Amino acid sequence: MATTNAAGPGIVLSRLSKSYGNVHAVRSVDLAIAPGETVAILGPNGAGKTTTIEMVLGLTRPDSGTVTLFGKSPAQAVAAGAVGGMLQTGALVEYLSVRELVTMVASVYPRPLPVEHAMRLAGVTEFADRRTNKLSGGQTQRVRFAIALVSNPDLFMLDEPTAAVDVEGRREFWASIRAVAAEGKTVIFATHYLEEADAYADRIVLMARGRIVADGPATEIKAKVSGRIIRATIPVAGLAAPAAPAAPAAPADTAALAALPGVTNAERHGEAVILTCADSDLTLRALLSRFPAARDIEVAGAGIEEAFMALTADHNDDELEKVR
Amino acid sequence: MTYPVYLRYEVLRNFRNWRFLFLTLAFPLVLYLLIGSVNRHVQFEHVAFPVYFMTAMATLGTMAAVISGCAIIATERATGWTRQMRITPLPARTYFRAKVVVGYLRALLTLVLLALAGIALGVRLPAQGWLTVLGLFLVGLIPFAVLGILLGHLIGADAAALATGGIVTLFALLGGVYGFQVATSGPVLAIIKALPSYWLVQAGKAVLGGHDWPIEGWIVIAAWTVVLVPLAVRVYRRDTGRV
Repeated sequence: MATTNAAGPGIVLSRLSKSYGNVHAVRSVDLAIAPGETVAILGPNGAGKTTTIEMVLGLTRPDSGTVTLFGKSPAQAVAAGAVGGMLQTGALVEYLSVRELVTMVASVYPRPLPVEHAMRLAGVTEFADRRTNKLSGGQTQRVRFAIALVSNPDLFMLDEPTAAVDVEGRREFWASIRAVAAEGKTVIFATHYLEEADAYADRIVLMARGRIVADGPATEIKAKVSGRIIRATIPVAGLAAPAAPAAPAAPADTAALAALPGVTNAERHGEAVILTCADSDLTLRALLSRFPAARDIEVAGAGIEEAFMALTADHNDDELEKVR
Repeated sequence: MTYPVYLRYEVLRNFRNWRFLFLTLAFPLVLYLLIGSVNRHVQFEHVAFPVYFMTAMATLGTMAAVISGCAIIATERATGWTRQMRITPLPARTYFRAKVVVGYLRALLTLVLLALAGIALGVRLPAQGWLTVLGLFLVGLIPFAVLGILLGHLIGADAAALATGGIVTLFALLGGVYGFQVATSGPVLAIIKALPSYWLVQAGKAVLGGHDWPIEGWIVIAAWTVVLVPLAVRVYRRDTGRV
């Protein structure tokens, strides 16, 4: 992975770790994002997205590892006005109108956008004179977006920016983000919606249990995590291929399952089998003909959570034990 | 940089919270007018009671005005606004300076209203005397302003209101705000004299004597400030994970 491009260093996370008590929120994360990229950090709740974002913003101190933003420390980058964003929580202060609040935030940045322009982009102009405590959840979220926009930073950090926003609002929001990205700004957003990550990011960084489990172009990641999951019970005797009786050679069995058409990942825990599939119809037909003893078959749409579990099950089960 | 626009809106939004402002201002003023008018011809500790009680109520009101900044800080922490501002270039010291300015403006308004009430009850001080009282209050309130910031980062929003009330009452009671001294001699008096609220109450007497505080008063205020400021800084840093 390139840590720099022609425009100089972007955002570089190096062996970044953070624990809260026994919980390893972020474990040795390495990530490099070039200036101008739009990157989605995708993961289920508890994946470490927010902790990672907080460390990038300098709100949380890493236990170990470093973060640099455009070659500076987070504190320096923040002080220089290079960072703007929407945190996951953040009520607005009261007793100000929307316009006054946006003006107030704009005044602390060195190169703010004109207030009216930022308000138009965020779609808050029509309620600009309303007090901030008289807004709906969606309107509040738009005002928070206006605050991020008016600060005109080099890096936008958006932690689940479309939570509580209706469909129409989401469309407008992403249109504005695209406009910002087109100006060469770096955009990093956290989400647990695959569709959002797929539609609006150049690149998806997949996090689960504090680690980056996949990192690549949106199309590639989408293929990995979409699809379905087949669960079944296959007696060990039935698993051992038809001809060879009583051979509990587990690795070969898992390999045989993984070799079924349409399977992207196979797991076996005793008699329980979990298959992550790109094409579950194809897999199911093959499964039944190859392993007629299979029973209790369940086919489910792979929620992103399941997909992550499947993707990450192999390499950190042991560490999970330690955490729990 | 002084961030004038930020400061202006910070003051504006605090003074628009008129319920909060009204309660801060009304309580000492009403007490003063009620008790002061009944005792307007009484001599108390060698001064006219309305003078003594004016500074006493000013102590109560201004302490509450600056300490109550803690409730605002605690609320902003709870709602996430503090963190939102922390990812802006606004320096932490400017954030706190704005809080102190707002507290002092509330305190100033309290002082003006009580001075007017005092004049209505017949209090007469030379111009120089009014200015000295004002000056002593501005200095004497520093420990309370710092205490407000300290508490704001130490306790939650729900506890902040209670803590403010309790601390103000305790300091007021021991400092002699309610018109009596808990002790007039011995070690308890020594403790009382080590409280900043005691010296705020003494401001009026000091002025009538034609001078400011004795050196003792300045030392007490300075000592509280020197102890509280590093504590507040440490709590703030622990709270924000910043170095």
